[in-house]
Amino acid sequence: MKNSHIAIELIDVDKHFGAVHANDKVNLSVKTGTIHGIVGENGAGKSTLMSILYGFYQADSGQIKVFDQDFISTNSRQSIEAGIGMVHQHFMLVENFTVLENVILGSEGGALITESLEKARIELTRLAKEYGLEVELDVAVEELSVGMQQRVEILKGLYKGAKVLILDEPTGVLTPQESDELFRIFEALKKQGVTIILITHKLREIMSITDYVSVMRAGKMVAHRQTSETNPEELAELMIGRKVLLNIVRTEAKSGDPLLIASNLEIHNEQGIKRVSEVSFEARSGEILGIAGVTGNGQGTLLKALAGILPLSKGSIEILGETISPKKSLNPQELRNLGVAHVPEDRQRMGLISDFSASESALLGYQNDKEINQGVWLKRSLVKANCESIMEAFDVRPINPALKSSNFSGGNQQKLILAREFERNPQVLIIGQPTRGIDIGAIEFIRKRIIEMRDAGKAIILISVELEEIMSISDRIIVMCDGEITGTVDAANADEATLGMMMANALPSDKQITEAQL
Amino acid sequence: MNDLLLNLILTLDASFRVCIPLIFASMAGLFAERSGVVDIGLEGKLLMSAFIAASAASVFGSPWIGLIAGMFASCVFAMIHGFASITYKGNQIVSGVAINILASGLTMILTLAWFKKGGITPTLQSDERFLSITLPGVDIIDHIPLIGVIYRELISGHNILVYLAFAIVPLVWWVVYRTRFGLRLRAVGENPKAVDTAGLSVEGLRYKALLIGGILCGIGGAYIAIAHNAQFTKEMTAGQGFIALAALIFGKWHPYKVLAACFLFGFLDALALRLQGVVLPVIGEVPVQLIEAIPYLLTVILLAGFIGKAIPPKASAQPYIKEL
Repeated sequence: MKNSHIAIELIDVDKHFGAVHANDKVNLSVKTGTIHGIVGENGAGKSTLMSILYGFYQADSGQIKVFDQDFISTNSRQSIEAGIGMVHQHFMLVENFTVLENVILGSEGGALITESLEKARIELTRLAKEYGLEVELDVAVEELSVGMQQRVEILKGLYKGAKVLILDEPTGVLTPQESDELFRIFEALKKQGVTIILITHKLREIMSITDYVSVMRAGKMVAHRQTSETNPEELAELMIGRKVLLNIVRTEAKSGDPLLIASNLEIHNEQGIKRVSEVSFEARSGEILGIAGVTGNGQGTLLKALAGILPLSKGSIEILGETISPKKSLNPQELRNLGVAHVPEDRQRMGLISDFSASESALLGYQNDKEINQGVWLKRSLVKANCESIMEAFDVRPINPALKSSNFSGGNQQKLILAREFERNPQVLIIGQPTRGIDIGAIEFIRKRIIEMRDAGKAIILISVELEEIMSISDRIIVMCDGEITGTVDAANADEATLGMMMANALPSDKQITEAQL
Repeated sequence: MNDLLLNLILTLDASFRVCIPLIFASMAGLFAERSGVVDIGLEGKLLMSAFIAASAASVFGSPWIGLIAGMFASCVFAMIHGFASITYKGNQIVSGVAINILASGLTMILTLAWFKKGGITPTLQSDERFLSITLPGVDIIDHIPLIGVIYRELISGHNILVYLAFAIVPLVWWVVYRTRFGLRLRAVGENPKAVDTAGLSVEGLRYKALLIGGILCGIGGAYIAIAHNAQFTKEMTAGQGFIALAALIFGKWHPYKVLAACFLFGFLDALALRLQGVVLPVIGEVPVQLIEAIPYLLTVILLAGFIGKAIPPKASAQPYIKEL
């Protein structure tokens, strides 16, 4: 078993969640004792695939081999016994337990824990020395830093005899120093013959630490490479994929005064992790500013700060005569009143409320409008009429304001949200992922509407992970990587290769186009 | 002076008796809630067990058969709660309330059907009940001042279930904090995902916890009907299941602290009984209802954060749905 050359082999693994084809005939082969990266955008199916391997989900079809043995895992115990350990993106730790208690949970040995704890203490001290994984064993996990908690997760896997360790986005929650420390641990593990599968969407990590890399896109495994024989640009292109350009007729932008000026923004996300730093840009009237980047490089955080959901840590935003700073923030309501509309990235969670009727969802954020809110009661007839009129204007089907929001298709939900924000005639529009996961007809319709708003003299900030979308409708493009702006280009001069390099922050420094040149 | 002392000892003795069902029920609740299932159905399980225990004891003429039948009935109810809230991921509180209503209605109907009496069972003979046990040596120690009285009135002279209740608390502590099952139980109430990914069955652990709870509640219910009293009467548990829940929160889900809370609440209850109609200087007639309300008031104050903090197991009240 130990001598097997291939640690993990997946053959045609297929998995559906309802209508979503999360894994589409995925093949993968991981060599023993290597660090194998799996890259792909959020939702590409990486985590699902690994959860199948870990026995958390079962594949619909396909074959899995672990060290050449046929393997069907129906729960995590079987995977653990086969020598697979997993460090989940969100740690699976009992926070008020000590490190020791967390480690033995599920593999206690005897019915009484005192003895098991002592055995574990000796074994963990040995493992800690061997791999440089020192952790205080008698401290409650909630008192440890995130980096330390991750060590506990790794120790858990090793204690249970893992020979293959899967890590799902391990650096997402770490500081750069902690990440470096983690990579050092990877090297130590590799030296001892442990096979590591690293799931990430950060190309830099792939390039610096892995031996092999496999790329997933939209549930499919699209490529396998030896890391030394590939480069970030190629990987970025494989991750994003080339898509058919839609034919959208557009006129030259007539850009006017800047309506939004962001200077030196630093923003922390909800978990208090710094995701955006030193970001400056301006959005002018009559212009679409596209913000490109691989998912998770700070664009989402930036969008939330622009919409008033997250506060600034540093810098300022001048917007329609008001200034937002770390000391003075405007909430989303105040921003709306000012004339800033926000189309959130996640329409299901933030754009609407699935259980609400369409007319109610079409009212969200504007429920205090004078003509609708009459003190205690909402003017329901007007709410309904408004909804009907925007449904007609934006071709939302079916035109039925009483229908539950969740019963509309994705494209129609998105059109309803856009209609809600566009019809209030805002000056600045902040739009996140307007066409994610919707059909081609709706995509075209939505893009045309966005261009119409531009031609009406609005300033539009468009955040999208679809490079093709950014390229087809933006007038200027900013590229973000690791929370920083790695490039700014005019859409007219933009080509996919350059943008891809900027997205991976792999452009030679002399070729970087800076703010000054704008 | 001596009178006051005797009064105090007798009140304490009475509080022992009334806090026994609280101890059993709150320990039952402790297992359930530690596993992540809020057990609002303690009251219903106590009531059902009291009724079945009294019925079985009366029909078969043995308190032991009554006890076992009561435990069985309570377990059946616990499993119904589990089926709804664990297997089918229903709301734990709604299904718990359903348990209470079901018990309340079922006991009425069954007393009518089985005994042709509305809401009561036949009075039990002394050999059909758990009787007080006189501990050895009462006569010898009796003449020692103070200790004699305490031994005679307070320690001796209880039925076997009272002693069982006090023995069970350290046992619960040991199970929860010293055994593999206890470790898993605490883990599943805090972070069921951690338990699932460790290869353990979340549902299995929760069912086990509810089953233990069913057994303990069963003993508590049987105590009320066939040890403390001599028959089942309509709604005889009178909210003790809810007080037990309050004690569980007040004792912060820790066996010994919960025991202390049960005893405090039992003492208040006994005090209220003893002070009924007593006129004190200044205050006038003692407001008994106020004393009886104290457990609830204290719990509310605790929950509001005035006395320390009551942090329930993190996953309690959440059905476990497998997803990443």
